[in-house]
Amino acid sequence: MDYGTFRGIVTVGMLVLFIGIYTWAYSSRRKKAFDEAANYVFADEQDQTTDKKSGEETL
Amino acid sequence: MTHSSPSSADYNYTVVRQFAIATVILGIVGMAVGVFIAAQLYWPQLNFDTPWLTFSRLRPLHTNAVIFGFGTSALFATSYYVVQRTCQTRLFSDKLASFTFYGWMAVILAAVISLPLGYTSSKEYAELEWPIDILITIVWVAYAVNFFGTMMIRKTSHIYVANWFYGAFILVVAVLHIVNSAVIPVDWMKSYSVYGGATDAMVQWWYGHNAVGFLLTAGFLGMMYYFVPKQAERPVYSYRLSIVHFWALIALYIWAGSHHLHYTALPDWTQTVGMVMSIILFAPSWGGMINGIMTLSGAWHKLRTDPILRFLVVSLSFYGMSTFEGPMMAIKTVNALSHYTDWTIGHVHSGALGWVAMVSVGALYHMIPRLWGKTDMYSTKLINTHFWLATIGTVLYIVAMWISGVMQGLMWSAINADGTLTYSFVESLQASKPFYLMRAIGGVFFLTGMFIMAYNVFKTVTAEDANANFNKAA
Repeated sequence: MDYGTFRGIVTVGMLVLFIGIYTWAYSSRRKKAFDEAANYVFADEQDQTTDKKSGEETL
Repeated sequence: MTHSSPSSADYNYTVVRQFAIATVILGIVGMAVGVFIAAQLYWPQLNFDTPWLTFSRLRPLHTNAVIFGFGTSALFATSYYVVQRTCQTRLFSDKLASFTFYGWMAVILAAVISLPLGYTSSKEYAELEWPIDILITIVWVAYAVNFFGTMMIRKTSHIYVANWFYGAFILVVAVLHIVNSAVIPVDWMKSYSVYGGATDAMVQWWYGHNAVGFLLTAGFLGMMYYFVPKQAERPVYSYRLSIVHFWALIALYIWAGSHHLHYTALPDWTQTVGMVMSIILFAPSWGGMINGIMTLSGAWHKLRTDPILRFLVVSLSFYGMSTFEGPMMAIKTVNALSHYTDWTIGHVHSGALGWVAMVSVGALYHMIPRLWGKTDMYSTKLINTHFWLATIGTVLYIVAMWISGVMQGLMWSAINADGTLTYSFVESLQASKPFYLMRAIGGVFFLTGMFIMAYNVFKTVTAEDANANFNKAA
């Protein structure tokens, strides 16, 4: 394989990887876990029962 | 101490307090040196004909003190604070934490002594000679072990995004430092780089630009992702965007360094790669900025009453401004005008004062009362005064450098009909002189704000009345 082909494959690989990360991050399956993670910032406060909603959700 | 919350009682706040105080003190030291050398450019006689006080020796002292003294101490303090609170566990090792503090202070002390004496490897932002470089490596490995060790013993299932940014900062800075500091020592304080010629230049700016990308950006974005939501009392605008932001930023930054070497002996295609990657880098940079600022949606009114939040949000605005300016300056044709002029200095300080320093100051004002078991800082009014001094100082500084820089670029490239240069270098220097005074005044504004902060911090920390319990404060 010459260097040009190798670079082409790497570029396509990176593209696929990024589409993969994007799909994973925005999949509805991950939503609950991410909402929970976003609230870790407030987890050491006394009142942990009410989850705060992010701006993206209230729009 | 008035820790009544069981979760917060177990945290190691000692090391956070040490680094927080170090941040304030080293900030004043580094910025005072900066103001002094800015004044030297207007009044050259301020070097008093002393080698130790020449601009060439004090300038690296200024950059090392603000980047590695002030900025890195702020990152140590906040990363230790954030990783404990978002992983809901105590630091992996108190001994290692203490070692990183005293070790890092030894590094800074060595810099403060060796740089004015003229010891330098002459690599920008990596001037310190090899024995100090070895000490940096040892301290950094201890830091990495402690930070990632804490993440490994976390009580939460997910690793909060701020820790991803801090983790990337720690890992990449280790790699950059080790690769760029590879030297052959010829004496205790003298060494030569193992790389030669254009390769050496490329390694240096791969280091230099990623020090900007990972120390001054990724680390402080970690800070942003914790302190902005915390101070606004709202979770980050979009957690999903923060993940895409992280991977895109990490993947792109590493390629951008060659834009520091446009029109040099570096191969042309390498310069073009740096330019193209720098332009693409605009997207994740603004993605992150928008994510931070939009966290306030529905809570904008807090900006009217809360100067700490104002510090954080204005820092993001300066971040957005510098990350627009940066890609633009990386375009070769723009760079032909801007390179080697004061515009570059203005760009750096719009990032360093506007973004890095202001987000750190905001984070410290949030953190310091909590670290010492107080509800608030001693004076909110003084935070507000500091905010305006910092903002006005930054604007004065960058506007002066923009005008001076663009003027220099135009004067240096102006040619007469017969092909000779229109202006001599000294003529451009004379034209820049008033702006050097304006820059120094901007610096005095910013530095004055830091002194006010030091006073406010001192009064908060030493206040007898621990006027509240910790939980209400958190």
